[in-house]
Formats: sequence, C-alpha cells, structure tokens
Amino acid sequence: MATIKYSRKEIEKCITLTKDNLDKISMFGTPVESLSQNELEIEIFPNRADLIPIQGFIRAINAFLGKETGLKRYKVNKPKKDYKLVINQNVKPIRPHVACCIVRNLKLSEDKIKEIIYLQEKMHATLGKNRKKLAIGIYPLDKIKLPISYESMAPSEIKFIPLDYDKELTGQQILKRHPVGRAYAHLLDKNNRFPVFRDAENKILSLVPIINSQTAGKVTEETKNIFVECSGYDLNVLNKTINIISTSFADMGGEIWQMRIEDAKKRFSPELSPKKKTISLEKTNKLLGLNIKEKELSSLLARMGHEYKKGSVFIPAWRADILHENDLIEEVAIAYGYENFNPIMPSISTTGKEERQSVIARKISEILSGLGLLEISTLHLIKEAEAEKAGIKKPILLEESKTEYKILRPNLFIPLLRTLSENTDAEYPQKVFEMGKVFETNDSESGMGEKTSLIIALTPGNFTEAKQHLDYLFKEINLSYSLKEHTSPGLIEGRTGQILFENKPIGLIGEIHPNTLNSWRLKMPLAVIEISFEEIFNKI
Amino acid sequence: MDETISSLSRIELKIIPFLGKSIEEIITLSGLDRTTVLRAMKFLENKKILEMKLEKRKIVSLGVNGIYYKKNHLPERRLLHLVESRNHIPLKEAEKESGLSSNEFKVSLGVLKRKGFIELKNGKISLSAPKEEIIKKFPEESLIEILPIEESKLDSGQKKAMESLKNRKEILELTDEKIISYELTPKGKELAGKEIKSDLLEEVTPEMIKTGIKGKKFRKYDILAPVPRIYGGKKHFVNQSIEYAKKIWLELGFEEMSGPLTDSSFWIFDALFTAQDHPAREMQDSFFIKNMKSKLPDKKIVSRVKTAHEKGIDGSEGWQYLWSEKEAEKILLRTHTTSLSARTLAGLDLKKLPVKFFSIGKVFRNETIDWSHGIEFYQSEGIVVDEKANFSHLLGYLKEFYRKMGYEKIRFRPSFFAYTEPSVEIEAYHPERKIWFELGGAGIFRPEVVSPLLGKAIPVLAWGQGFDRIIMDFYKIKDLRELYSNNIKKLREIRAWTK
Repeated sequence: MATIKYSRKEIEKCITLTKDNLDKISMFGTPVESLSQNELEIEIFPNRADLIPIQGFIRAINAFLGKETGLKRYKVNKPKKDYKLVINQNVKPIRPHVACCIVRNLKLSEDKIKEIIYLQEKMHATLGKNRKKLAIGIYPLDKIKLPISYESMAPSEIKFIPLDYDKELTGQQILKRHPVGRAYAHLLDKNNRFPVFRDAENKILSLVPIINSQTAGKVTEETKNIFVECSGYDLNVLNKTINIISTSFADMGGEIWQMRIEDAKKRFSPELSPKKKTISLEKTNKLLGLNIKEKELSSLLARMGHEYKKGSVFIPAWRADILHENDLIEEVAIAYGYENFNPIMPSISTTGKEERQSVIARKISEILSGLGLLEISTLHLIKEAEAEKAGIKKPILLEESKTEYKILRPNLFIPLLRTLSENTDAEYPQKVFEMGKVFETNDSESGMGEKTSLIIALTPGNFTEAKQHLDYLFKEINLSYSLKEHTSPGLIEGRTGQILFENKPIGLIGEIHPNTLNSWRLKMPLAVIEISFEEIFNKI
Repeated sequence: MDETISSLSRIELKIIPFLGKSIEEIITLSGLDRTTVLRAMKFLENKKILEMKLEKRKIVSLGVNGIYYKKNHLPERRLLHLVESRNHIPLKEAEKESGLSSNEFKVSLGVLKRKGFIELKNGKISLSAPKEEIIKKFPEESLIEILPIEESKLDSGQKKAMESLKNRKEILELTDEKIISYELTPKGKELAGKEIKSDLLEEVTPEMIKTGIKGKKFRKYDILAPVPRIYGGKKHFVNQSIEYAKKIWLELGFEEMSGPLTDSSFWIFDALFTAQDHPAREMQDSFFIKNMKSKLPDKKIVSRVKTAHEKGIDGSEGWQYLWSEKEAEKILLRTHTTSLSARTLAGLDLKKLPVKFFSIGKVFRNETIDWSHGIEFYQSEGIVVDEKANFSHLLGYLKEFYRKMGYEKIRFRPSFFAYTEPSVEIEAYHPERKIWFELGGAGIFRPEVVSPLLGKAIPVLAWGQGFDRIIMDFYKIKDLRELYSNNIKKLREIRAWTK
C-alpha cells in the first residue's frame, strides 16, 4: 500500500480540514496517516490509483462530503489532423502498448511541475511496478513535430541527449552511464532493440521506459501544451492511467485533446466516456443488510462520483476497480458510512467442532506441562549453518529470504538445540517440549510433506529420565510403544533407541553426544525424545 | 534474646557453635554441605545475628584452546619454529607444514609481524629479528603458565598480554568468582560459640501425630523470609492465548479447519482472485520453496479460476490477462490462512449450508526481523457460508469476537483486499494509549472467488486477522521478537493468559 502526501495548502483551497472532515476522509477508505503544517498524508489502497493525483483525491472527497456529487464530465476535444501516434509493429515483442493524450493551455508553475513529477513517481512505484508494468512520459508539445511514432531501434542507432545530461549518448551508453539508465537497465538489457518515441522529424523524444530527451522531453514553466504517453503491457491498465492523468490535467485547467492511434486496430485515446453497469436495489439491500430506497441508492452512488439511472450506474472512466456489481454495492456501503451499520449477530444454529488433531495436541501439552515441562514455540525455518552442523543432506530451501533463515525445518531437534544454546544463562534443570510441523519432500500432490512432531528435552537429563517421560506419556494416551537399539549421528551409541509404534519407527530417544553438545555450545548433559505424531493421531 | 533463640532452626543451631570461624571451617566442622550452610547463614542474617559480605573477583583461566596451547605451544611459536628452521619459506608451504588451521595461521602471521619477528616479501616469510630475541618467552606464553589468576593481580605487561589473547578464540576464559564472608553483629558475638540446647519442635513427624506433642512447642518460623523460587511446567503463552480464541469461535458454533503450511500459489492466491502480478506473489515478499511445484486440483475448478481471472465470471469483467498454470503451481509458505478457506469452499457440500468455519494458524512473510516485523505470525481466520449472510452480520460476528477478546470499543472502516468486496478494516480503541489500532481485515468474498470454488455465488463472510498484536497488547510486550524468542527465563516468569 502506498502513502501519498498532498500539499495542505492545495487541499485547503477546496476542503476544510476539520477533525470531523479528517475522520470522514478516513471513513472514505483513505486513512489519514498524518497532518503536518504543510502536508496531509494518507494511505491509498492499490485499487484506487485514481486518488494518487491531488486533483483525483479532491474530486472524490468533495463528492463524498456532498459538495459536488455525481459523475463529473470532462470535455474531450476531437483530434486535430496531425494528432496522431503510429505504433510500429517492430516494438510489439518488447513493450507492445501505448495510451496517450494531448493537453493544451496549461499554466505550469514550479510547484505544479513538482506535483506532476511526484504524481509520475507514485504511479510508477505503485501501479507501474517500478516502470515495468507501465511508465508515463510527458513532453512539451511545441518542441515536437507531429505525428509521433512508437517503434523499436537498434540501441547503437539511438542517439540523443538524455535529461540532466550534457552530451549525446547511445541506447547502450544510457543504460551504462546515466544514473536513471543504470537504475532501470534491467527492464531493457535483455533486448536487442529498444523502444523509443520519435517525432515527424525523426527526433528521438525518449528511450522507453527509461528517460526523456533533454531537448524534446523537458517540461518547464514556459510549457503550455503537452503530449502525455503511457507505455506498457496491459492496454486496459494503460487506458485507465491516461484517463486518471488527463482528467487531473483538466482539473488543473488544461484542455484534453484526443489522439488517433494507428495500431493493428485504429482507435482514439483517451476515451473518457463512462462505463455502464447494472445494480439491483434488492441485491444491494440483501448483501448489506439494509433497507434503503431507490432514491437513497441514487444519492449514495452520487456521493461516490457515480450517476444512477433506472438500475444502471455510469462509472467514471478513471475508476479501474469496478469489475462487478459487488464493487458498486461496496461504494454504496462506503457512502452510507460503515459507522452507520448496525452489527447483527444472526442466530444460525451450527455446532462448534474442534479438529481432532488440535484436541490431541492440546491434551499432550497438558500432560507434559503436568510433568513440569515448559512449552517452547520455535520458528519453522532454520539457518543454513544449522542444517550443515546437523548434517541435513537434502535441505528444503527457500528461493529467497531476507534473514539467515533459509531452510524449512526437517525436525524439531535443530530449533531445540538453538533454543537451549540461547538459554545457557537460565537456571537448570531445563525441561522443555514443543509440538509442531516439520517438513519433508515426498511424492504427494505438492511434493511436500508436513508432519506433526513432538520433542521433549531434559537438561541435565539422562536416558532413564527420558524413558520415564516417554512411558508416562504413552500411558496417558493409552497406547504402547516399543524400543529398538539404534545408532544416530549426534547421539551416544548404546544409549539411543528407535521408538516403534505398531512396529513402525516413529521417533528416537537418547542421550546427546558431548561433541554435539559442544558444537552447539551446550554445557549440560541432554536427553531428548522426538516422535512423529502422524501415525498416532487417529489411534488415540 | 530468648525470642531469637526460639526462632533458630536446627540447622542454624548447628552452626552457632562455630560462628566466628571462616565459612570453609564451618562447613567442615558442622558436617553440613555448602548450600545448607550458606542458606542457614542467610537466615541468621535475617535475624540480625550476622552480616554477609559479598565480594566479586574476576578470575582469568585457560579456555579449551588455551589448555591445548599450554601443552603444545601457542600457534605463533609453532610458526616461528618453522620459519627459524626454514627461513624464506613460501606462505602456502608454511601454512601446510605448520599444521595450523587456516585461522590459527592467519592470526599467527599477524602476531609475529606485529612483534617484528618476521616479514612478508614476495609471498615468502623471513625472519627479521636476531636469534636471541626470538628464543625469549613471549609475554603471552608467560601469562598462560601462571593461570588461573585473579585479574587484579596482573601487572601491566601481563594485562597487555591478556588483552591480546582475549580476542582470540577460546584461549582465555574470564569468570566472576564470588567471595562470601561475614561479620558478627553484637548479638551474634554474644551467641557465637555457644552450644544452645533447644527443646522446641521442628518438622511435624509421623511419630508426633501418633503420640501427640505433650505440651511441647514448635519452633517459630520466620514466615516473612524469602523462599527459593520454583517454576511450573506450562504451555507457551502464545498457545494459551490461541486456545482462548479458539474457545470463542467454538462457542459461537464455528468448526475448525486445518491444512498445509506450504501450499500452491493456486490455493494461496489464484483461488482468491489475486492477479498473478500482485506484489505478494513476488519472491521478495513471500517464502517460495526452491525447485518445487504442485499439481493443481480438479480441472473443473482450475478452469473456472482461470476464467475468473481472464474474462471474469458471474457478471464480472475479471482482470483481463493471460492466466498461467505454471505461476499457480509454485509452492510457498502460506502468506495467510485464507488458503484454508479457499480449500474448504472447494470441498463444501451445498446441501449442508449454512456453515461456519474458523482456524488459527501460522502465516509467513519474507521480511527482515525487527521489533515490529517478524517472518511468521498467527492469523485468526473465519468464514460464514450462508445464502442469507450479509455485511451487517459480518460486522456482528467481528464485534462479538473482539468483545469476547476484551475489546469493547471497536470500529470499522473501508479497506481493500483482492478477494473481498465490500472490505473492512477493524480497529480497536486502546483505552490506555488513547488510540485506535488496526486489528485486521475482513469482507465478503468476491463472486470471482466463490463462484469458481463453490459453483455458485453465495455470500461468504470472511476474515483473517493477525493475532500477535492482541497477545502483545495483553502481555504488554512492545517487541514482536519476544513472542518467539523462547527465552526460558522469561517463559518461566510470564504470567498465565487470564482473559
């Protein structure tokens, strides 16, 4: 989730930030994170990219507060003759789609330009997945000769002066030398051709999605008319984005002009006509547990910026999150106010039922606590060094981990030794147990197996004491086990037993070898029992 | 004085005759063990007969490696011997022939260079000090020979040698030794050396019960004296709190669901209408398992989920992209227990509605660990599948659960989750901190989730809240790491969950 900062001054031109209104902003679904002298910071959920621009936010909140309700319509001018973008098919395998528009008669100040750059960055970081999914470019129209083409070129043939640089660079050089080029090189460097925008005089406007040209791609306070493009892979998302941006520019005072896009299929961009979806009053009331009338439905939807007409809703073209009637029903609920709902506990007669395994696990921990054992609760992951020390041959590795914990635990013995080694300063004797899942690979549906395991550790402790605990436990659960002499790495030969249940091995009991204790920096004798509970669960 | 005498225990009485002598002497003369004597003296101190004195001393002694080096020379001496016999020996050869571990060899090189005994040139080691210098004992060697010793008794040269050895692996061991002594109070001086005969009774014996105590009196205990601590066995406090929460769901008529911690992306994400380019599906956010892939479930379900994503289902537009089976086959540690709800819905018999399920289980995130972030935590999950269920009911269930968990004042605000619509965030008011804090998310499953799994779009109320914050709040724990640090001292001390 993203947090967005708006200029407090700009917001207060339209919305008074009283405590009541700040609460309402939170209850609109944009929780207020902080309010400082200069900034209002809010959280935006990933489905509402239309609230990233300050204009979009003000528009939505004004409607929600009842000031300017209903569907806001924008004038979209038909393209002039040369307002055209030609998409060359050679760019399709690299970055296939573009949505674009022209905005005229803007008045840009230094602050406005900063605001636009902030908007661009936030869109890139959220919806754009760091420019991978979409990237936005803005250019001074008067420095461009229309029509524009979107095409791919060999990197060595791409030559222009990138923004904030003093000399001409080729495509490869930009990725190697320019700071922005280096940061986003991974988006292009596997291709042998790079996407660019070129104007009618073959001047390169930008290397997509990396950087604009210093000469034809820098917006300044003198800029009045702009060309805006948005490139990426998902045309649907690109169209919504250009709708969000063009309407924000319109709210700034600009005029929106369409462009003709010549692709495999010809089309116009942007397309700002509202989307129509049906909503049923009955279904709305049923899903929300309300009893509102049609008139109220209409005014609630209007406060969310929609227009309701006889069972249909006209949804603004910048909203990307209305996929289903239920999305509209949520809009109704938000406008109605979550705080106005009356929480009801329905009286459905169902019977509570605990999982058999939970019941048994609970019993086991009661039995063992009764013996004076302390329950521990360790992580399901272990460190590489621990797996190595324990001689784990086929560790189940994670693809990536931000900590040293990179392996799924194959037993509870390793986390136990870690725990004991971290507690040598606690008074002895230490008697602990843990019940939890351990992992193995097998031939199941997922190739992964999970088993519930139980470990009991007594330190200082010996074989006899361990066996007393094992006896007591099995007596309590009314099952019997047998022991077989066994050897196992890390345990003392002649003092290790394999625990058998119905003649199948289910675990080990024994005294830990002093060498193992020393390698884990343990100072006291240790006796351990580890049992897999899988075979036992349904016999108890 | 009589009152003092009447409160003396048998053990204390055994010691009185020897008071004035050293503790060691008292131990020998009384025939009692050290712990008993010290404990008795502690009691005598409470009775103002004596005053205990505690003095701490740092003792320097040999560590595991130190013991070995004392017998077989320090590694730097061994290396020096080698260079002495083979001046200008190449580094690699020296390492091999010295018989030192690579770490020992590196350290020794450094030590000898610093002492100015050798130099390194063109990868060869040469002597750079006269023979008579070389054969002198290093201060470190002299130190090793006199250990163990009290740190304060070392002279400045020996201290320097100690500092240089301290940083090396297990050569030295520094321990605190406690020296206990005592002084008699005036009252003590009066008593000391006396053989006090007492006819007061000590412990109740079976004999006394049988024959009675015949007018005798029991010795008076100092009931205010502290007693040694004992620790009981107990369940981990996190598990205690989970049991409590489980009980609430069971009382509300919910059935427990369980399932794997490692699951396919299909059940964790795809079945929950989470688009395949959603950030949670990236390697850096979740724990994916290397080289593993899962088979997908029943083809009918897979194809319906695919349709829901690509074109939409039940009147939805879907996400409109090409859904990939390969992406859905990836296995990871579940990021939420909602995967269990998805599995439960897929296996549900529509004739058995309404049904209510819950689970409380571990979930995982690929995070760095600090006071507010962990890699695993508990989530409390629930679903209600009912034709008549609605949003007001959802709020009702949540309110009731949190009321039973001890949160009287809660509020709901809009939120967003890929798989619910409407979605809601629950916040509780913290009366002490006077703030609203987030408890977790909930909503009604989207038709795009329910329809492919159940074959029919029915309202399914759903929630999945982090549980650890509630535990931290109850136990007043500020650092998340403490929940699973397994600090035995703290586990012994922490109080029981008493909600």
